[in-house]
Amino acid sequence: MSLYYVQKFLFEINRDPAVQERYRADRHAAIASFELTDEEAAALTKPDIGKLFHLGVNGQILMHFAAFHQIEWADYLQQMRDGIDAYGPVREGVYAITGYEGTEAHTERLMQEGSD
Amino acid sequence: MPLVYAGVCSHAPGITGRAHLAQRSQRDGVHTAFEQMRLDIEATKPDAIMMIAAEHFANFFMNNMPSFAVGMADFYDGPIEDPEWLKIDRFRAPGNRDLSLRLITEMMNSVDVAYAEEWLFDHGIAVPLSFLTPKWDLPVIPVNINCQGPPLTPLHRAWAFGDAIRRAADSVPERLALVGTGGISHWPATPDSGKINEDWDRDFLDRWCRNDKDALLDYDDLTVYADAGQGGFEIRTFVAVSAAALGATGRVRFYEPVPIFAVGCTVADYQLAEVPS
Ligand SMILES: [Fe+2]
Repeated sequence: MSLYYVQKFLFEINRDPAVQERYRADRHAAIASFELTDEEAAALTKPDIGKLFHLGVNGQILMHFAAFHQIEWADYLQQMRDGIDAYGPVREGVYAITGYEGTEAHTERLMQEGSD
Repeated sequence: MPLVYAGVCSHAPGITGRAHLAQRSQRDGVHTAFEQMRLDIEATKPDAIMMIAAEHFANFFMNNMPSFAVGMADFYDGPIEDPEWLKIDRFRAPGNRDLSLRLITEMMNSVDVAYAEEWLFDHGIAVPLSFLTPKWDLPVIPVNINCQGPPLTPLHRAWAFGDAIRRAADSVPERLALVGTGGISHWPATPDSGKINEDWDRDFLDRWCRNDKDALLDYDDLTVYADAGQGGFEIRTFVAVSAAALGATGRVRFYEPVPIFAVGCTVADYQLAEVPS
């Protein structure tokens, strides 16, 4: 896994109109110089917002990539939920530090742990 | 000169970007609170406003992540986000390179800060400034504390940084207003967006208003994450303002949870000794 490079690409496309142009012209070429697994490359080019969240991409980076793809706010939130349902808890990154398995399950578990 | 203003406020992008989705009374309440904050700051006749934000991978990334960064330029552009998305038009905010240089030089005596001669403002600075300096006519000194990419800046270092800011402000003749932005509990840009832990927020604000150093530093990241979400890591900016205000007592001017904005919208300030104009 190379969450760092997934996020690096997203960081660059979020802030650089030239990278956005390259991605619009040829998605695979735009990500070619980043060290990515096939799974990561597929998630970035499809794009699969739910998979990217599951892989551990920070929402502060992901929400702009969703907006770039004209995904409305409520749909963006839903696609992340669907990603957790389809692929399982967040694997890596800041949300994985307490194990992120989805809104209700996560809250429930943290509250249970808190009351132990 | 001693700081002429020290306060904190929210910076969530929904405050401007999703204003049209909020109930009118809630939106107006938040916007009125920012308006009051603008009037309070203007009354102190600042020469510059220092904005301590927790930026969100706009300028600083994990390839080279500073614990602390301070801008040192004569202008700053923004917003880095799509203006349509943030509902803030593109702007160029004035800076003051010479003032930044003197402040940073003093800060470096006690804290290792990175400086940046380029800085694109993201919502962490642009949202509050769109209310506080709507004409983009007051020089800005942007400041960042790493609240996003672990390992994060330790809270006690955020306190030391606030101490350094106060000493730096004292060392220059300019009148400096200080504003920390972010927090408090929230789960921004995640499936939990809209969740707000009001009890946790109010307890934190109580510690902040008492300027209780021990209580403010008595948090660990795992507990903060569980209770207040990853957005809770942004308390670092509030903690730095507490240190900078050196024991002053604070007051909450506004607090209201607004789920569509994804935060408990907050405005609070410290009652500083009057600085003659
Ligand atoms: Fe933030």
